[in-house]
Amino acid sequence: MGVAYVITSGKGGVGKTTTTANVGTALAKLGKKVAIVDADTGLRNLDVVMGLENRIVYDLVDVVDGICRLKQALIRDKRFEGLYLLPTAQTKEKTAVRPEEMQKICNELKEEFEFVLIDCPAGIERGFENAIAGADKAIVVTVPEVSAVRDADRIIGKLESKGMTDHELIINRIKIDMAKRGDMLNIDDMIDILSIKLLGVVPDDEKIIISTNRGEPVVNDESSQAGRAYRNIARRLNGEDVPFMHIESERSFKSFIKKVFNIK
Amino acid sequence: MDVFKSLYKYGNGSKDVAKERLKLILIHDRANIPPQFLSMIKGDLIKVISDYAEIDEEGIEITINTGGEGGRKSSVSSLVASIPIKKVKSIGK
Repeated sequence: MGVAYVITSGKGGVGKTTTTANVGTALAKLGKKVAIVDADTGLRNLDVVMGLENRIVYDLVDVVDGICRLKQALIRDKRFEGLYLLPTAQTKEKTAVRPEEMQKICNELKEEFEFVLIDCPAGIERGFENAIAGADKAIVVTVPEVSAVRDADRIIGKLESKGMTDHELIINRIKIDMAKRGDMLNIDDMIDILSIKLLGVVPDDEKIIISTNRGEPVVNDESSQAGRAYRNIARRLNGEDVPFMHIESERSFKSFIKKVFNIK
Repeated sequence: MDVFKSLYKYGNGSKDVAKERLKLILIHDRANIPPQFLSMIKGDLIKVISDYAEIDEEGIEITINTGGEGGRKSSVSSLVASIPIKKVKSIGK
């Protein structure tokens, strides 16, 4: 029996879909059986990020409506052994799926796959409720900006009120230069403020856009920093103890001065 | 300290401002406090206290603080009011 994770954030545009695609691919590269599920009915994009948009025949809503079986809607990614995508409908509303139906589909997937990753839509309405319905655990994605962290806090509150207390945080798109000069929210501060366990820190990387242009997950690019961060996240989900990348340089002049003069 | 700040070009890094703003926003979000909450309390406090003392209305500071270490579960909010008194009125005339 596998485990289902929902990848959620509250705020849009912080990298939920990119995270789902890359963590899913990285897990498959570790030899795991992985299903990635697009729960963003009406605004699907996981297929595009994965470069599988031309292979969709059936989708999640077709499964719910009984038009096809679950296995018929699953797209096998030929590039990565063990990786499957369950796309959703692009021309239907979020209300085309009910939380109970989503739960049923996730349970069925968990019998077949070790990891089920659900890409949650932005917002806290029906789409969110559907996406978390079948999940056992949550991965909250945020970026180091006040607005995104605020939304992450709201989402964590929502998850807890729904009884989902197992959640971890990915801080996406850290700009290392900005962090070094003190213009980026501190990772430890964010973890402290949100009272959540850190799952990974992903540096801002142009290669994400290039890989999305091509429809190839960035984890396949050995030279990409973001790719490495996503591979580390997958290893942590797989139970390995992988140290975190050090982003904020201890050698910066400001922190040196602070240390010497013991200024907090 | 200012000397060192000016020595270091980015000494006023905006991350601390972001952190403080974020903390305050979350206190309000988590406690479900409407934005006008503080100004309403402030108005009423001035009314009540003015009966007993002359106060410096400009100098009033009312804030909400978290009790615990910023944690979501431990966060017990407290209202902190600093009201400068100019002169206590003679009561019971």
